[in-house]
Amino acid sequence: MPKELIRLSNCAMAFDGEDVLKNINLYFNDKEFLTLLGPSGCGKTTTLRIIGGFLKPISGDVYFDGVRINDVPPHKRAVNTIFQKYALFPHLNVFENIAFGLKLQRQNGKKLSKTEISSRVFEMLDIVSLKGFEKRDVTSLSGGQQQRVAIARALVNRPKVLLLDEPLGALDMRLRKDMQIELKRIQQTTGITFIYVTHDQEEALAMSDTIVVMESGEIQQIGTPEEIYNEPKNAFVADFIGESNILDGVMHSDGLVEIFGRKFKCLDGGFKPMELVDVVIRPEDIDIVDVSQGMLKGTVTGITFRGVLYDIIVDFHGFKWLIQTTDLCPVGSKIGIKIDPDGIHIMHKSQFSGMFGDYSSFSDEYDEISDVAYEFEPEEAEGNYEA
Amino acid sequence: MKPKYFSIPYVGWMAIFVVAPIILVFIYAFTTPTGALTLRNFSDMGLFMPVFIRSFRLAFISTIVCILLGYPVAYILARENQRVQRVLFLLIMLPLWMNFLLRTYAWMSILENTGLLNQLLTALSLPPVRIINTEAAVVIGMVYNFLPFMILPIYSVIVKIDRNLLEAAQDLGANSLSVFRRLIIPLSIPGILSGVTMVFVPAVSAFVITQLLGGGMVFLLGDLIEMQFLGTAHNPHVGSAISIVMMLVVIAFVIIMNKFGAGEERTVGL
Repeated sequence: MPKELIRLSNCAMAFDGEDVLKNINLYFNDKEFLTLLGPSGCGKTTTLRIIGGFLKPISGDVYFDGVRINDVPPHKRAVNTIFQKYALFPHLNVFENIAFGLKLQRQNGKKLSKTEISSRVFEMLDIVSLKGFEKRDVTSLSGGQQQRVAIARALVNRPKVLLLDEPLGALDMRLRKDMQIELKRIQQTTGITFIYVTHDQEEALAMSDTIVVMESGEIQQIGTPEEIYNEPKNAFVADFIGESNILDGVMHSDGLVEIFGRKFKCLDGGFKPMELVDVVIRPEDIDIVDVSQGMLKGTVTGITFRGVLYDIIVDFHGFKWLIQTTDLCPVGSKIGIKIDPDGIHIMHKSQFSGMFGDYSSFSDEYDEISDVAYEFEPEEAEGNYEA
Repeated sequence: MKPKYFSIPYVGWMAIFVVAPIILVFIYAFTTPTGALTLRNFSDMGLFMPVFIRSFRLAFISTIVCILLGYPVAYILARENQRVQRVLFLLIMLPLWMNFLLRTYAWMSILENTGLLNQLLTALSLPPVRIINTEAAVVIGMVYNFLPFMILPIYSVIVKIDRNLLEAAQDLGANSLSVFRRLIIPLSIPGILSGVTMVFVPAVSAFVITQLLGGGMVFLLGDLIEMQFLGTAHNPHVGSAISIVMMLVVIAFVIIMNKFGAGEERTVGL
C-alpha cells in the first residue's frame, strides 16, 4: 500500500476574481511520478506553486505528511522545485549553484562542513553526468546542461518531493526525449516523489506513474497512462491525450452503440438504454478495407505523410475522421473501414461534448499541437523600467 | 541625406567646447607664461598633495554615504508597484529640476549656525551644532546633490533581477535575509559600480559646494583649480597641470571600475 505524502483538500485559487482552481481534491503518494497535464491556463502550474508554497490557496488546505502546511513559507518546506527556465544563479558557477541549498542547511543548528558539501555536490554532478563542469560558468552551458544543473541543485538537498514545472519546455525534441528517460531514471534511483507539470501529453504518457488531467481549474481524470489513454472519461481528455475521433452515438444496450444510424459492437456497458453518448475512436484503431466490405464508406479528402504512417482525413457523411494507416490512399479515393469492438470507447456526455474530435479544421489543430513552445510566455521585462 | 550627417552639429559643438579646451589645457600645462616648454608645472605638484588627499577622502566618504542611503531606497523602489514607483521617482528627481546653486544655498540656510537645523535643535532644547563651514557640511552637500545618481543605476539593476531567481533561492531554503545577502546584493553590484562612478567623479571635482557650505575652510581640488584660473593665485599653467593630473586619476578610477564591472556585466542579462 503506497503511503500518502501530500494532500490538497478542497483547494481553490482565484486571481483578480477569476477562478483558476475550483475545489481541487488530490493526493500524492510517496515515491510516485505524478504528472499534472493540461493546456495552458488549466491550473496545473498554480497547483504546483501551492505545493511549493509560492501561492496560498484562497480556500482549502494543503497537508504534507499529515501536517497542514498552508502557512509554511517555501524555504521551510521539504520540497524543491525545478523552474521552467531553470532560474540558475548567474553570479555563481556550477558548483556554487548546486551547493546553494546545502550552504543554507543547518543540522542541529550547525552548518554542514565544507567536505560534506563538496562530496554531496560531486555526487550530484555524477548523477546528472556533469562531472568536470563544477567550475564552469552557468551562463556558458547549453540548455540541456543548465537543465541538469537545475536538477542537481534541487536534488542535492534530498527533498521528499521534487516539483518540476515544464522543465523540458525549452529543449529541442531530441534532447527532450533523452531528458525524459534521464528524469525517469533519476526518479527511480533516488526514490523521490516527482510532481511534474506539462502540457505535452506524449511526455506525460512516457514518464508518469499517475496522470492528472486538468482543464479550466478542475481535475478531469486521474489514472495511469494506460487508463487515461484507453478509457478517457470525457471528450476533453480523449482529445487532449492523443488523437481522437469523437462522434455522437446512442447506446442501445450494453455492448451495442449506434453511430451514423449503424449499430456497432463495443465492450463498454453500464449506460441507460438509449442514452446519448460520446464515442471515441482512435485513429490507429481503424482498419482500412475495400469499399464493399466497409462498415462505413467514405472519401479521402486529405493526406499527410508522418514518417511511420500516413494521417488521412476521411469524410463520412460530412463528418471528417482522422485515420492513421500505413496504406497509401490517394485523395479522392473511396474507402471502407472496419473497427473492432475494443477500438470503440463510450463516454457519458459532458460539458466538452461537441467541442472536440472533429477533423474538419485538421491543419489548424496540428499547428497548435506541434508548436512545442506555444505555452512559453516571454516574461523578460527587458528595458521595461523607467530610468 | 545620410543619417550620420545629422550628428555634425553635435560633433562641431563637442570640438569647440570640449576637445579644443582640453588641447588648450595641455598646451598651458607644458608651457611657461612666456611660451617656453617646461615640466615645472608638474614638478610642483607635491605642494598640493594635501588638497588631493582631502578631495579624494571627501569624495570617498560621500560615495560611501550615497551607497548606504541610496541602496535601500533603490531596493524599496524596485519592489513597489508601478504607481508607487512613479511617485517616488518624481520625489527623487524633483530636486534635480531646481538649479544646483539654489539647492546648495538652501542647504546653507539649513546648516547655518542660526539656521533651520539649529533652530529646531534649540526648540527641542538640545545644544546647537556647528556644522556650516566644516567638512561635514561639504559631505552633506555632495551627498544631497549626487544621491539620485546612485539610486538610479542600482534601481535599474535590481528591477531587472528575474523573480524566478528569488523564488528559486527561497525554494532552496533561503529566508528573506539570505535571499538579500546571497542573491540581491551580488546581483546588484554592477549597479553599485556605475553609481559609484557617477557619484565619485563629480564629487572629486566639486567646487561650488565647498565654497558655499565649506566657507573656504574646506579647500578642495576644484577650488584649487579655480583659484589658479580666476582667483588670487592666477597661474593658468599650474592650474592646467593640476587639471591634467586630476583627469588622469579620474580616468584611471573609471577604468578600474569598468574592469570590476566587466565580470559582472553579463550576469545582469541572463
